[in-house]
Amino acid sequence: MSDGTYVQLLDLACGGLLLTAVLVLWRRELAVIIGVFAAQGIALATLVGVLAAHEGSAEVGGVAVGILVLRAGILPWLLHRALAKAGPARRETRPVVNVAASLLAAALLTLLSYAVSQPLVALEPSTATRAIPVGVTVVLIGFFVLVTRRRALSQLVGFLLMDNGITTVGFLTTAGIGLIVELGVSLDVLLAVLVLRILASRMRETFGDTDLDELRELHD
Amino acid sequence: MTTVLLLSPVLVPVLGALVFLLAGWRPATAWLSAASAALVLAAAIGDAVEVATTGSYTALAGLLRVDALSAFMLIVIGAVGLLATAATPAHLATEIRAGRASPRTATRHSLLVQAFLAAMALAVLAADLGVLWIAIEATTIVTAFLVGQRRSRTAVEAAWKYVVICSTGIALALLGTLLLNYAALHSPGASGLDLAGLVAGAHTLDPGVTRIAVALLVIGFGTKAGLAPLHAWLPDAHSQAPAPVSALMSGVLLSVAFYAILRVKTISDLALGTGFARALLVVMALASLLLAASLLLAQRDYKRMLAYSSIEHMGLLALGAAVGSPLAVAAVLLHILGHGLAKAVLFLGAGRVLQTTGTSRIGEVRGLAVRQPLLAGCLGFGVLALIGLPPFSLFASELGIARAGFASGLGWATAVALLLVLVIAAALVTHTSRMLLGAPPEGPGAATAPPRVPATALLAGLVVCAALGVTAAPLNDLLHTAATIVTGAP
Repeated sequence: MSDGTYVQLLDLACGGLLLTAVLVLWRRELAVIIGVFAAQGIALATLVGVLAAHEGSAEVGGVAVGILVLRAGILPWLLHRALAKAGPARRETRPVVNVAASLLAAALLTLLSYAVSQPLVALEPSTATRAIPVGVTVVLIGFFVLVTRRRALSQLVGFLLMDNGITTVGFLTTAGIGLIVELGVSLDVLLAVLVLRILASRMRETFGDTDLDELRELHD
Repeated sequence: MTTVLLLSPVLVPVLGALVFLLAGWRPATAWLSAASAALVLAAAIGDAVEVATTGSYTALAGLLRVDALSAFMLIVIGAVGLLATAATPAHLATEIRAGRASPRTATRHSLLVQAFLAAMALAVLAADLGVLWIAIEATTIVTAFLVGQRRSRTAVEAAWKYVVICSTGIALALLGTLLLNYAALHSPGASGLDLAGLVAGAHTLDPGVTRIAVALLVIGFGTKAGLAPLHAWLPDAHSQAPAPVSALMSGVLLSVAFYAILRVKTISDLALGTGFARALLVVMALASLLLAASLLLAQRDYKRMLAYSSIEHMGLLALGAAVGSPLAVAAVLLHILGHGLAKAVLFLGAGRVLQTTGTSRIGEVRGLAVRQPLLAGCLGFGVLALIGLPPFSLFASELGIARAGFASGLGWATAVALLLVLVIAAALVTHTSRMLLGAPPEGPGAATAPPRVPATALLAGLVVCAALGVTAAPLNDLLHTAATIVTGAP
């Protein structure tokens, strides 16, 4: 692959990551949010695939396929199944911060991540490392979704966005951190999602809803 | 032989979990958990002896390594694990008799506790920061089901908060791990995430990147250790989990996460100077102590009271780590063991109180000393141990942390901390004396359950804690060597 194509494809994938993260903030239909999350999985897999092709590494290419299966396939499928069982609660009705303010916050978080990522880019300026702030932005937006949404499912998506962002930073910095660690990380994500799904269904059994506002019995 | 010693703390509980998976919880397997924890403790002592004679060694192609610090943490895991699992058969039997649990629940409980022990042992034996991270994340996943075991509204709520907050914190630690790896790849001295390699090449790490990585790692693992500001899961999870699980979580899980902070601090001190990690830790320590003190004063639930006391002790550990001198670190390690033992005794005792009285309200438990003198005595002495009265070992370790603090230029922080510790001690003593003393309540519901106290475990914990306070001589060499590992001195 020529250098020009490499840079363009890398930028395209990063743009996809950033756009999908912002779309999660914009849309309220839970089914749409899950779809956007799947699209982000594809963007992430593309990013890793481009890096693999650039370095000619078959191992990283394999990881890209794994990411595609897990984050654009299995995880969205699990979330859809959880949503199908959830009954009528299909919308994020009352986020703590409204959509316009969320989008503004996303812009501020993007600026913030470019500011804090400066030492990371300065250590080894290259096409890949210049994209690190995008990964950091996705982490921050995921964190923002996690703390401002009330539905269990959208919190889950916020957590997974964070994780996508972290994986992005991981691959942009070093193109992989050893297959064992990468496998362990993916396994942990999958297990955490399974745990949260089981808890969400138990929550429905005991509370009749997954509105986290119901969770207020334990406090001081 | 050394490989067997190194692997058995992880493998024995895994085998135990398999047995529970196949055979289930029944009278024949009820004591298997305790046997497995005893084997972990024995292997830990074996490792400690081996380390003292031959130094650190590795296994599994360098994925696992035991040095004095790991060996000490293994001893803590084994000792507290033994206390908790020895009290488990009585706890589960009572729950089943009361209809709050079925043999299936008991099977799942025992299986998950074994997996929990294995994950904690793996965390302290990991030679690689990535493996350490995976093991700590694994503890979140296994304990989530243990916290939510009762399936009541409050238990589900606690489990949800626990998983969401801890997974988020640990995700931050993952980002920190990746950035540290990035810094290591671009430094001539260090490469990869091998802890010993990172320490050896720490002075060549890029300071800008390392600073971000260390902040993320300390906050991330600090979440799991229950340090403010991301402590919010702790009181809920500790108060809702079954008593033996609370004992394990408070007694060792918090310290295992804190162990990760100690490892990171060693790297940070060599790469960035001692100031950076110290500033982070002092802020988190004082915030945790302040939070614990303010919420303990008006506390009405005795399990939450013990949970906030854990936040207090984690704050003290963070203060000691911030001081960072060899004396301070040795005191911190001794404090980890003493706190683990005392807190396990108290959570097990509190679980027993909950089973006999059916309430976790401090105001509704009165006259325990008259109704159940043995249990009340254990609780009373446990609280005295916790607030650091002699002869218990927490007296020696708190004194050590305070002395080192005043000697190292953190005198103001130490003075504030001591003041807060006094407030907390007064609150704990007031609340506990309300439960233990006074006339027992009249009428139905008062003291009906059979008084089957897991007395052996409670008494053993207190006796060991007191013995360590009188003389920590058997551990002195180990503590000293472990402290030099943390301070990065050769």
